[in-house]
Amino acid sequence: MNQIKQIEVLGSDCPSCHELHQRTIEAVKQLGLNIEVGYANDIKRIIEVGLMSSPVLIVNGKAVLAGQVPSLDKIKEIISSCDQAISSSSTGGCSCGGSC
Amino acid sequence: MDIFYPLQYIADQVAYNLFNLIKGSHLGDAVNFFIYDSLKILLLLLVINYLMAILRHYLPIEKLRDFLASRKWYGFDYFLAAIFGTITPFCSCSSIPLFIGFLEAGIPLGVTLSFLTVSPLVNQVAVVLFIGLFGWKITIIYVVSAVLLGMMGGFILSKFKLEKYVADYVWQIKSKKLAVENLKIPFIRLLKVFWDEGLALTKQIVVYVLLGIAVGAAIHGFVPAGFFEKYITVDNLLAVPIAAILAVPMYANAVGVIPIMQSLVEKGIPLGTAIAFMMAVVGLSLPEALILKRVMKLKLIIYFFGLTALNIIVIGYLINIISV
Repeated sequence: MNQIKQIEVLGSDCPSCHELHQRTIEAVKQLGLNIEVGYANDIKRIIEVGLMSSPVLIVNGKAVLAGQVPSLDKIKEIISSCDQAISSSSTGGCSCGGSC
Repeated sequence: MDIFYPLQYIADQVAYNLFNLIKGSHLGDAVNFFIYDSLKILLLLLVINYLMAILRHYLPIEKLRDFLASRKWYGFDYFLAAIFGTITPFCSCSSIPLFIGFLEAGIPLGVTLSFLTVSPLVNQVAVVLFIGLFGWKITIIYVVSAVLLGMMGGFILSKFKLEKYVADYVWQIKSKKLAVENLKIPFIRLLKVFWDEGLALTKQIVVYVLLGIAVGAAIHGFVPAGFFEKYITVDNLLAVPIAAILAVPMYANAVGVIPIMQSLVEKGIPLGTAIAFMMAVVGLSLPEALILKRVMKLKLIIYFFGLTALNIIVIGYLINIISV
């Protein structure tokens, strides 16, 4: 759990967007990661990464989830699988382990 | 045989045997109606949300956008955009990114507005509620009306050359086309992922659906048949525009409104009037206008809402005429 440098939620200031932010903060806490989860109402960036739904979860600069607010467990699973994927990326694993 | 017969059996058992309510009494009818409708709709929702999770995995909105932007469609794009609007999710959180994303990809403003009109009106949950409560025929009338509404609205608006009334910053945004990476997940695992997604969505809306059905059931049990006919009839020409205008300050998801609407129709409100009311509640709301204000100048919002309202009223009259 030390490959993840940055986690961020991009939204459009809607209730679901804030909900995803809160759940991600909780997920990061429960996973014992020492990262601050950023939040920005930044539709421009959502479009720039090629997406059209909000909210978006960004891990290490990559969009791993868009237009959904999954359960806390699911968010934890996504974040951990991103971590594993980064650890194993030197052996050719895919970017996020399959859950994102 | 009615495939929902077992559900009716359960509803009868629970209402009349377990709760000891009297068959034919107001409360007995309302409780029976609530149990039967809730079971039927929850079952249908689980199935269709699962199917839609599969569809969206293979056809995400970004792909639909790229398809629309891929060539010149000579007017057929209004139809495609309206159809795409029916299969996209209904969260208004995404209406701004969708609007910008479509324009950024080079899709004309009118076509984008067609999509934006239909998207909140038709989604799988609304369709399930329509099928469950009104049956196939009225569901088809509704979906066709919504698609026509979007096509007509977008096409007419395109003739007004309203591009200058889109917020200026929207035209500056450029996409780098780096969508979420699609990963190779084994198909068996995907089936589980779809199920989880469908179930999560069902859970998210279940409260609103049950609340809507509960109000509908109360109307079903306690309001006398034909009650509204005294006030609102097909002959009352003002009813449709009044229903549409009354609906604008209200805001609700299609999910909560449909069960209530069904009970009102059952008690004598003409179908077209009810559908006009519902379309205006869902598609033309002040909160939606405030959201759109961030990407549209006031004049565009007025044109968009005004024309959509006019079309909704026309559709209301047409449905009243054909459903008599």
